[in-house]
Order: sequence, then C-alpha cells, then structure tokens
Amino acid sequence: MSFAANPRQFVIRFIFIGVAVVILTRLLFLQVFEDKYKVMANDITIYRKVVYPPRGVIYDRKGKPMLYNSVVYDLAVTPNNVPKSLDTAQLCDVLSIDKASFKKLMYRVVIRNGYMRQSPFIEQLDLAQTARFQENAYMFPGFELVERNIRAYPNASAGIILGYIGEVSPGMLKKDRYASYTQGDYVGMNGLESSYEEVLRGQRGVHFLERDNFNRPRDPYQGGALDTPEVAGRSLQLYLDASLQAYAEKLMANKIGSVVAIDPQTGGILSMVSSPSYDPNLLCGSERARNFSKLYRDATHPLFNRAMQASYQPGSTIKPMTGVVALDVGAISPSYGYPCFGSYNACSRPIACEHHDAGHAANFRLALAHSCNSYFCNIFRMTVDSKKFGGVKKGLEKWHDYFYSFGYGHKTGVDLPYEGKGLLPDSSYYNDRYNGVWNSCTVVFVGMGQGELALTPLQMANGMCILANKGYYYTPHFVRAIDSNSKDPLLKQYKEKHQVLHIADTTFSLIGRAMQDVVESGTARGAKLDGVDICAKTGTVENKAIVNGQVMKMKNHSMFVAFAPRENPKIAIAVAVENAGFGAAWAAPIASLMIEKYLHDTIATSRKPMEDKLLNAHLIDKNVYLIDSAQRLRDQRNYELRQERKRLKDSTERVTDSLMVQAWIHRNLSPGKNRRK
Amino acid sequence: MSLERKTLFGRLDGITLVLYFALVVIGILTVFSVEHRSAEPIIMFGKGYMKQLLWLGISLFFGLIIIMTESKFFSSVANLSYTFGLFLLLITIFIGTDVKGSHSWLGVGGFRFQPGEVCKIFTSLAIARFLSSPETNFKTLRHRLIGAAIALVPVLFIILQKETGLALVYFSFFLVMYREGLPNAILVIGFSTIALALATLMIDRVVLFIILTSLTVIAGILMRRSLRRNALTRIVLIGVFGISILFSQVVVPFAFKHVLQKHQVDRIYSMIGMDVPSAYRNDGDKGTDKEKKGNVSDYNVKQSKIAIGSGGFWGKGFLNGTSTKNEFVPEQNTDFIFCAVGEQFGFVGSFVLIGIYLSLMLRLIYLAERQRSSFSRIYGYCVASILFFHFAINISMTIGLAPVIGITLPLLSYGGSSLLSFSILIFIMIRLDSDRQVLIR
Repeated sequence: MSFAANPRQFVIRFIFIGVAVVILTRLLFLQVFEDKYKVMANDITIYRKVVYPPRGVIYDRKGKPMLYNSVVYDLAVTPNNVPKSLDTAQLCDVLSIDKASFKKLMYRVVIRNGYMRQSPFIEQLDLAQTARFQENAYMFPGFELVERNIRAYPNASAGIILGYIGEVSPGMLKKDRYASYTQGDYVGMNGLESSYEEVLRGQRGVHFLERDNFNRPRDPYQGGALDTPEVAGRSLQLYLDASLQAYAEKLMANKIGSVVAIDPQTGGILSMVSSPSYDPNLLCGSERARNFSKLYRDATHPLFNRAMQASYQPGSTIKPMTGVVALDVGAISPSYGYPCFGSYNACSRPIACEHHDAGHAANFRLALAHSCNSYFCNIFRMTVDSKKFGGVKKGLEKWHDYFYSFGYGHKTGVDLPYEGKGLLPDSSYYNDRYNGVWNSCTVVFVGMGQGELALTPLQMANGMCILANKGYYYTPHFVRAIDSNSKDPLLKQYKEKHQVLHIADTTFSLIGRAMQDVVESGTARGAKLDGVDICAKTGTVENKAIVNGQVMKMKNHSMFVAFAPRENPKIAIAVAVENAGFGAAWAAPIASLMIEKYLHDTIATSRKPMEDKLLNAHLIDKNVYLIDSAQRLRDQRNYELRQERKRLKDSTERVTDSLMVQAWIHRNLSPGKNRRK
Repeated sequence: MSLERKTLFGRLDGITLVLYFALVVIGILTVFSVEHRSAEPIIMFGKGYMKQLLWLGISLFFGLIIIMTESKFFSSVANLSYTFGLFLLLITIFIGTDVKGSHSWLGVGGFRFQPGEVCKIFTSLAIARFLSSPETNFKTLRHRLIGAAIALVPVLFIILQKETGLALVYFSFFLVMYREGLPNAILVIGFSTIALALATLMIDRVVLFIILTSLTVIAGILMRRSLRRNALTRIVLIGVFGISILFSQVVVPFAFKHVLQKHQVDRIYSMIGMDVPSAYRNDGDKGTDKEKKGNVSDYNVKQSKIAIGSGGFWGKGFLNGTSTKNEFVPEQNTDFIFCAVGEQFGFVGSFVLIGIYLSLMLRLIYLAERQRSSFSRIYGYCVASILFFHFAINISMTIGLAPVIGITLPLLSYGGSSLLSFSILIFIMIRLDSDRQVLIR
C-alpha cells in the first residue's frame, strides 16, 4: 500500500486532515486570539440584579418609630401571559381606569420592555385598587401585584428633619458620594435620610444571573460565586421626642418661624420645628411629584428649614451673651449700672429703650431682666473699647472670638444637610463696609442684637446650652445611637465637649440668675412655670422688607430663648415667630409650654387658656405672599434680562464677525487683487 | 494470530468501537449540558438527553443484530434496500410531515424519522455493490454515469422534500468514486466550480466578466505557442471561458432567482457576509419584519460564534455554558451542538473532539483499505465520506466557514434518525471488517 501504488487513498486522507486543520485554525482564532466574543457573551447572557435591602427605620427617644417601611403594590404585567380572552372591561372597572388609558398603559409596557418581561403596569396602586384587584386576581392572568417599599410616617410630623427619599438625579450621580448609584436608585434627598444615607441604606446586594434569549433571568451565574449579599439598613435612634415635636408643630401652626429645643447635657436635639411644617407622607407615594412642586411653590416655603437655614437678627436675646463677654473681659462688674431714661444718647442718634423709670438698669441683673437697650449698648461699647485691647478694631476682634466660640458665625455641625452659617461680623467686615473708618458707635447695635449680627435659631438654642452648662456645649445633633449602639464611630464627633473661652463659673451663675429674673420679674413673666426655674430672655426684633417696591417696616419678629431648670438643666430652647410682635407675647409662651410639656409631660389646666390662644393664633403676615410674588417677579425679570443681555451679546458678536469677514473678503478677494494674482 | 481463530466479537475493530462510543457519550453529555437546569433532577424523562439515551439503546440493539448478521447479507440486500429507500423517499414527498419548513419527515407510529437520513445507508450499500461488481468497469463513461445516478436520484427526491442540506450529503459519494477511479479532472473541475460560484456571488457580474476575459487573454498570451500548434488547447480554453461566462452570467443568477429557496439564498449570502442583492429578492414576497431587519441564519451564526468564541482556551466548564444553556443559539442541541462543546470546553475540547472525528474517519479509511473484497472497501469509503461531509460542513457552519445548511454533527446531535443511521452505517462497516478476509460479492 505505498503511495505510488494507489495515491488516491492518501489524497483523501490529506483532504480529511486538511479540512480538520482549516477548522482548527479558524477555532484557534475564534477562541484563543479574539476576545470580543467573550465580552459579547457576557453582555448578552449575564444579568446583574440589584437587590435592595429594607431601609433603616428611625426611632424617637422613647423608641417610637418616626417612620417605617411600608409596602405598596405595583401592578405588573407580562404581556405575553395575558390571554386574548381577558375581560378588559372588568379589569378597567377594578382599577377604575378607562379603556383608552388601559390601552395606552399596555402600549407603553410593550414598547419599554417587550412582551416577555414583566414590567410595571400601574405603579403604587392605592389601597382600594389593591384590595379590589386582590379579590379578582384570578380573573386576570398575566397581571400580578409586586411589592414595593416606601416610607410611611405614623406621626405625620418632623418632615423637615427626616427628609424624604427619591430617585437619584443625574446631577447627584456626578458627585463622588453617589458614585456607586445608578439611575433609578432611591436615595435620601434631605434631612436625616440624606445625612445618614450610608447607614440607613444598608448594602445593596448584587446577584449575577444568567439570562436566556428572551431576557428572562435564570440560574445564578457561576453558582452565585460573584454575588454579594444585601445587608439591611441600620436603624437610627434619635434624641427627638416625637410627642414634643408634634406638640411644637401644633403650637407653631399658622405661624412662620421655628423652634429648636436641645438637651444641653448631650447636645441632643429634642425638637426642631420649621413652620409651616408639612406632612412627610405627602412626599412619598404616587402623588410625590405633584405634592413636592406644590410645597416648593408655596409662598411660606415649607421646604425651607428655618430652624437652621434662616438667620435672624437675635434682638434682645443676644443680651445675655453681650453681658457674658463684658463681664469676662472685665469691662464691667456685676454691680455696674447705667442711668437710662428711655434712650441711649451717647452716640449721634438716640437709641430707644422700652423703659423710662430710673433704676431699671441699676445693676446687671436688673438691666437684663428689663432688657435695657441703653445698658447693653453701653457695655458692648465698653467691651470693644476696652483699653487693654487697644482700639475698637482689636476689641471687636476679641468680641468676635468670644462669639465665634459660642458657635455663632459658623455651622454648628448639626447632622442635617444645608445648615446655614448666620453672620458674625468682625473688624475686616466693618473695614470693608466703612472703608476702615468706624468706631464703637458705628457698630453699637450689635450689642443689643440689631446690628449686622444674624443667628440661626439653632445657634440661638446652642447658645442657651452654653449658658445652661456654664461654659460648654456639644454639637447639636439628632442621632443618639445607630442600631442602639451609641458608640458608633459616626457619632464620635458629637461626643466631643466644646469648651468656650475660659469664663468664670461665677459669671455664668450671675447670667443664670439674671435670666431667671427675666421670667420671675422681667419682660417674660408670662412664661413663668410653677416649680421650674426657667432662665430666659425675650427678644423683639425690628425688621424691614421690600413690599410693593418700597422698604417697609414689618411687624417685629417675636423671639425667645430659654433654658430650664437653672440647676441641672434639661432643656434649652429658642423660639422665633416671624412678624408676630413682642417676644413675650408669642415666642415666650410657646417656649414655656414646650418646657412644661417636656419636663412635666402634660400641660397644667391653669395654662390651657394660654395654650388655646396660641393654638388658634394665625400670625402669618399677608405681606409674605406679596413679598414672595414680588420676589418671583423679580427673579423672572432678572432671568429675562440675563437672556436678553446674552442675546444682545450674541448678535453683536455675529455682526462683528460678519464685518470682519467682509473686511477680510474685501482685503483678500477683491477683484483687483485677484487679477493681479 | 489469524482472524479465523478469533470469535466473532473478538474480530470486531476495538478502536472504531471506542471512538464510536466516545462520540456518542460526548453527544449525550452535551445535550444534557444544554438542556439541564440547575434546579432540576438529573434524570428527567421527556428531556432530549433521555430520549437520546433511548435511541442509543435502539442503535446498539440494531448494532447487535448487524454484528450477528452474515456479512454477505449486506451486499446481497444492497440493491433491494436501495429500491426500498427510494420508495420511502418517494412516498415522503406525498405523505411526509412538515417539520420546520422541510417536508422530509415520515411518521411511523409515535416516531418520526427522515428517510433521507436512512437512505444514506442504502445508497452506500448500493454504490458499494455496483462499483464492486465484476461487470462494472468504472473506466467507462456509461458506468460512471450509472454510479453518479445512484448517488443523485436520492438527491432529486430529497430536494423535492425541501431538505437541500441533506441532499448535499449525497455528493460525498463522489469522493468514493474518486477513490475508485473517477478522473482527477473531476476534482479539479469541482473545486474550480466552487471557486467560480463564490466569485460569482461576491463580485459584481460585469466586473467578473471583465476579470474572466482578461484571465483568458492572459492565459492565451502565456500559452500562445501551444494554442498555435494545438487545436484542442484552443477548444479547451475557449470552452472553459464559455462555460465560466455561462455559469457566472446565466446559471447562477437563474438558480438564485428561480431554483433556490429564499432562505437558502439568505444563508449563502450570510455565509459570505453580504446582503442579498435586490436582484435575487423575490418581489412578490414582502417579507416579515424580522427578515427585513437581518436574516435569521445571520443571527444563528452570530450567536453560534459568540458561544464558541466565548469558550476561550479552556472553556467555561461543564454546565457553565451561558450562551447555550440559555438558548441563545437556535437549534443548539441539533445542528448547532458544536457550540455547546466549544463554549464549555474551549479550544482544548474542540481540538479533542475534532481529533476524535479525524481519528474515526482515518480509521475507517484504514479499515477500508485493508479489506480483501472491494465491496467492503468501497462501503468503508462511503461511511468515511459521509462522516466527513457531515463533520466538515456542520462544524464549518457553526464557525461561519460554510453556509447554514441543516445537517447534523454525526453521533453528537440530538435526533434519533441521525444517531441510528450513523450507528448502522458504522456497525455494518465493523461487521464487514470482521470478515475482511472473506470475499464478499
């Protein structure tokens, strides 16, 4: 059987081997040298399923849930499984929709996800729809209820604190913090939901599934070896007292303003109200978007957290602080008195004082109790003009240092996003403003809280903590513990004691007694609460606004700061009611009732009339709506002006360009030159 | 030790049997890997791999009968069986059932089988019988034409059943006839024809005309001396030119427009990676949306390439084939079963499988060449050629080297009639080989 004898059998063998070699060569390229097929195979076959763990729950100080996860149902449909014989009319009836919208919804589903995949038909059915569908579900094959977690708020309060969750926006996705999110994920949008997003969210699980040619998920990919399990979100325990919070919101109803109550011994916030408040349940569920825009456009700005974002001139409520500084720098002694007869005349313009009787500012305690403007303007000037500082500029710097250490002029560091800073002027601020030519008379109003100084209610309440604690504070914060662990590293920053500049205990004791006098015999006698030594200070803040194009003096802001009891303080509080009148008239009783509610848990019957008066008061200034609409008009006009300016600029540039082009054409392409070339 | 002293079972060729069983086992495991879902029990009746196991049992039963049969029986029933086969093919045209657009299936009781598949055995026997008969002189044109007719009559019937792929398999008998004395020129002409056909498809008709003309002119200039002296050379040159022109300008366009089915045109064009020219589209048939977007066989080949290509060097591992397990490749347990091997066992697995096939085919040639009787030898070549054709075309189509024509991968593809007919083909050869020193007429 040699080759020569019969070559053809070898030719055939050669053909067999040759074809096999060709196939193997092709396979070598296909399988070994080219990577694109592996990528394509993974793209088409691996389905990344993200599993969302339940979000953490938030509890108040007594363990009552402030919010919990609630289940709503989406109605999902797999179009392919819907039989032709489906009783559409019946289904429309059950869902209370009409036939046209049924068709539209179905069309949308098919366009989005095709026939084979289950996709949401109607999102977040209401209770009636869910119940009716559940009863009749057997009649509608292909349709199915799918659970979906949303937040629910049993107390319908503290919306501004808790925040809300919503779909992550494209803008957020660009930030580092949200780098791990994808379009469609839910994320805490404001309040604690946002601050503690990483805690509440837990850890999303990622499951890799294989999918088949109809995109239906099937077996776990590689037996689940690459999967990461989901970890449930951790819960938050707050200092917040749910009943106190609800009570405060009730007291503040129909008023614009805010209340902040802090436990001075821990810095834990017991209550924070920004009024008007809103029901957080509005911002979840199917009506979220509509409700949000309604709240957003409201003239009273319920989504704006006044308690920590708005800054007010503190008015007389700053006087204890002015006193502390004056006493500590040695500008005055406790027995220092000022002869005030109704106005302060040391500077060019007289500053009015509420009191005319002689001796109402005979010493520090009396002056504070009666809130004598002259007295505090004077001691403020004495402080900044102190000889030992050498000049008002250096003196004001020193004063600034004191106030800065009280937590003013910078963020306190509360665990909510978008905190405001307030305004704490220093020498360079005035240098800029007055070209360096100013003296203590220029800034005298600051001493009585009417100058450039502006504080957030949170900063005011924090100031009360310092006075209550006699010289220190903890950063105000909401969260006491994470998953019942108060030593969580995230909370470490709130355990740090902030000691203000070394001020003698005796100074604080004096201030405390003077502030108690305010309630016992001074301006805030209405806030007196039997059996509790309340230390407080009223404030009545003059303010102006532009109404109908004219600067108009508005009704005074009613302010009140307090802490109680004097020894071993349990609560420090700041109340601001905008455009309401005297501090003692509105803010003081609110604070007093809050203190009573917190310390005694009930309101004594003797104080019911006061409570009723507050509950029924409607103190929203009509001008608020005018100001708001005027602001909107202004914004609109500014926007249009900007657009117009831009258009003008563009058209000038176009004209310039075309002129330049014409000139160039004339220079380079004029017929004469052409001919020469 | 001489053959006669051994028992019948001792005389069976062990290597062929081992290779046969290796392929069948690989086949059943592959079908299992494609159909099995992780949550399901391994033994599940009604699944393809269980049916395939049953078919293996049936095949082995037939194998046993074949082994027990006198070897002379096969040559003596060859013509009768061929006639029977043609009869089956003929009645299939009339009473056959439609499966996936082809009319080639015959239902008997609960079973369905393709007569075209079974008829390969009968045709092999008939060709072996005819070529080995002492009256046949294969050097004469008449006998060559008879030989060709034996192979081509089934082709005609099968084409009538719209199962062109299977019909093409019968062309593998020309390889046998080549071994038995068909002139070399036929092989050359065959390959040239294929090359010309491809050129016709890929190159514009006018351009091709210019190319062919210039080739002829160049050939004429190169062979000008021979042309001047020899009239035959002139005739041959002009004849080749004329036939090429006729083929590319008339025959192929005509075949595409009027003979071939729409899906076959699609497949041929999808293989060479081109859109079907508008001239070959049937205007009366608007085509469904799917066909407008891109033809179906294009999708098959693309998914098949993804599955095989993603296997890489070592493969994804048994039962880890993401593409095949999740049914991305259509027909993946029949015509495209090689995808499952390529995806799960990678280049290494493909290499081993192709090695086994090559070994089996070469072993069959080896067996054929050692036969004393030419009937057995020719039959052996028939088996090897059929195997080769199936193997080469099937694997080539999964990796985009050949158009998608629906033929199975021997012994691996799921399907009873395919497994049974290949088993019978091979067992007859084994039986004949066990009597290789006996002269069979």
